[in-house]
Amino acid sequence: MRLLRLWPDESHFDFMRFRRFSFPLSALMSVATVILFLTVGLNFGIDFKGGTLVELQAKSGTADVGAVRHTANGFGFGETEVQELGGQGTILVRFPLQPGEQGQTAVMQKAHGAFDADYEFRRTETVGPRVSGELVQSGTIGVVLSVLAVLFYLWFRFERELALGAIVGTLHDIVLTIGIFVISRIEFNMTSIAAILTIVGYSLNETVVVFDRTRELMRRYKTIPTVELLNLSINSTMSRTVMTATSAFLSLLALVLFGGEAIKGFAIVMLAGVVICTYSAIFVSTPVLIYLGLMLSGVKAQGRPAGGRVPQAAE
Amino acid sequence: MLRFSRTKIVTTLALILVGLSLAVPSFFSPEQRRGFMASLPGWFPSWIVPQRAIVLGLDLQGGSQLLLEVDQNELVASQAKSLRDDVRRVLQQENVRAEGGIQLLQRGVQVRIPDAAARAKVLPKLRELAQPISNPLVGQGAGRTLDITEQPDGAIRLALTDAGITERTRRAVSQGIEVIRRRLDSTGTTEPSIQQQGADRILIQVPGEQNPERLEKLLGSTAKLEFRMLADSPTGDVDLLPSKDEKGAKVPVERRVMADGGDLTDAQPAFDHQTQEPMVSFKFNLKGAQRFGQATAENVGRRMAIVLDNEVVSAPRINTPITGGSGQITGNFTVAQANDLSVLLRAGALPAKFTVVERRVVGPGLGRDSIQAGKLATLVAGALVIVFMFATYGVFGFFANIALIVHVGLILGLMSVLEATMTLPGIAGIVLTIGTAVDSNVLIYERVREEVRAGRSIVSALQAGFDKAFATIIDSNSTMAIAALILFFLGSGPVKGFAVVFILGILTTVITAVTLTRMMIALWYTIARPKVLPF
Repeated sequence: MRLLRLWPDESHFDFMRFRRFSFPLSALMSVATVILFLTVGLNFGIDFKGGTLVELQAKSGTADVGAVRHTANGFGFGETEVQELGGQGTILVRFPLQPGEQGQTAVMQKAHGAFDADYEFRRTETVGPRVSGELVQSGTIGVVLSVLAVLFYLWFRFERELALGAIVGTLHDIVLTIGIFVISRIEFNMTSIAAILTIVGYSLNETVVVFDRTRELMRRYKTIPTVELLNLSINSTMSRTVMTATSAFLSLLALVLFGGEAIKGFAIVMLAGVVICTYSAIFVSTPVLIYLGLMLSGVKAQGRPAGGRVPQAAE
Repeated sequence: MLRFSRTKIVTTLALILVGLSLAVPSFFSPEQRRGFMASLPGWFPSWIVPQRAIVLGLDLQGGSQLLLEVDQNELVASQAKSLRDDVRRVLQQENVRAEGGIQLLQRGVQVRIPDAAARAKVLPKLRELAQPISNPLVGQGAGRTLDITEQPDGAIRLALTDAGITERTRRAVSQGIEVIRRRLDSTGTTEPSIQQQGADRILIQVPGEQNPERLEKLLGSTAKLEFRMLADSPTGDVDLLPSKDEKGAKVPVERRVMADGGDLTDAQPAFDHQTQEPMVSFKFNLKGAQRFGQATAENVGRRMAIVLDNEVVSAPRINTPITGGSGQITGNFTVAQANDLSVLLRAGALPAKFTVVERRVVGPGLGRDSIQAGKLATLVAGALVIVFMFATYGVFGFFANIALIVHVGLILGLMSVLEATMTLPGIAGIVLTIGTAVDSNVLIYERVREEVRAGRSIVSALQAGFDKAFATIIDSNSTMAIAALILFFLGSGPVKGFAVVFILGILTTVITAVTLTRMMIALWYTIARPKVLPF
């Protein structure tokens, strides 16, 4: 039986050479994300923005988006977003946050009064100003804390340069994932924080697999140029990287296609996240080690010097 | 690598079998499970049968979630008002007149008594109003509810302390939980969950189809019932309250409360004999009956005001003294309204005003659709990954696939025994796990291939593959676990469900991808005795 092989057994690809393209590209995308984040901003869901969200299902099977928009705007609660979901008579209506914790109740009452006759209320969510503020806080704390925790773990587990490289990669992946949120306008809510934290986990996973190998090779080959060492690390783990990325991609693709509207945003972001993480492990966090002055095992064998960076003369 | 002690094999397989059997109840409805248990013969030990099942989150089974928060401003304002009444009582008892009356401040009251002798007489009595806060943790040193200071111009200021307000909030929340539980119980709601959240919040989750507006009214209403008298003129000691009879127009109501909802022993929906209008009939306790009887006897011919949450529901004329200790409340109710009002009156008033700060309602239709979609996505993802693994690794892929299925089964088994909540993001977590769980197998297999290419024999390559990949598997799973743990502690509701799936997945992957796969490969090697690696 001929088996599927996505990556050749023996590869000697010069991945490090691509840093001339990947570094500027990543830098450009990161800067663009920061600019877009500051100008356009995220499409915050009601978890973080507060307000009222109503998912309506037309009893007749077809929803009149225009009419719903007209009615909803007529309530006088400010800018109301109306969006069709999936095309089977399902619409999402988002009302902005009303002042005061009580303000949201009026929105609900108006919405029920106006739409109860023709639509079934599949879902209603109301988040008051205080709760949304707290969710923003706990979401931010979550992301910051996870980066710190991971930093701590890496500091324990790996040499300083490897840990730094992994952190560069992880931050890169967080930034680009936020970029995906900004560009795609996918709603940013509590589930998105879950997506980002999962991507943090996946990103590290990818980097750690390569760096584990780098460390092993460092011990085996006492004197090997850094670029060659890193190329070897990636080439020898590449078939695993391709396999795992493909299987994660396949399962997430199933989630995007069949998981339903409610989870689609999460799935799309995770799908993009797998691509970003795989890219960054190969083309960002590993080549960054060249500039971080990776310590070579020849020196390491005699014990770790306190300074960290090894002068080239030591080779 | 290839030798496993019999004990180890048996233990591992037993663990896996137990883990998988724990998941079984989750595939059946509670009715089916009960039916099965009932059908067992009497001699059969029922504890052997796993009975715990995964709980579906509100986003999957449909239901309402409300987060109520004590209204601090209202709490302070009502505390200040009752303090004013206390101070007034003290002044009356001691026969002291305050210059300019009792001033209501934002967090307390102030009285000006220019006469030093009178002031000295009242002050100790006022000091008695400050109650010590008994905090079991801090002991008696926790302070008092009031801070009483004398101003140089002869004014006495009584301010509510922070500790007093915190204590009051704490009590309001714990009493509020009791009241809400009574209210839900008397509506026959199935399995509601009522928990305190933070210092000043109550989280209520009610599964199943509900009228969310009615639920909110039932839970959020303070239901403070007072029997007062309509005042003849809007001046003096009166409040101006909206009246239901007058379509919301304000009517003057005396401040003095003749009797209140706390004096009721029962309330039931009923119909007026003459008009057939829905109403609520109630019974007073002894004390309430006496006070009510006396007050109605003194006020025959005048109109009483039945005040519910600061609205005059109805204002009947007192024709004869009502001494029997029972009465009715009419007020143009619908049958449902009369029913709910009697529930509220029976359960008692909330000790403070609560506001809804977060509300999530999922209809049963959406929940059903989400489960359907989740199942489909899980099956498709599983099928894709299984085909992919088999196509790449052949018989080794087959082993990995068995490990994968056991892996998902064990996650469900652990979730069942923990009675964890499965949410929509949790399903997404399962799907994602399907994609990433094979990573451990891939790490091992690729390593084995490398070792064979490096010239090792199959046996030693297998050995080296498992050994060398193991460190990497631990590393990569630890990093995932860190992110998942943080998510678990910070997330709420649905997101927590995702974290649970992820954490359990990391735990079980070590058993399935390492131990189980290893055993299968060892068994295969002993039987097949291959000369070359089959992938």
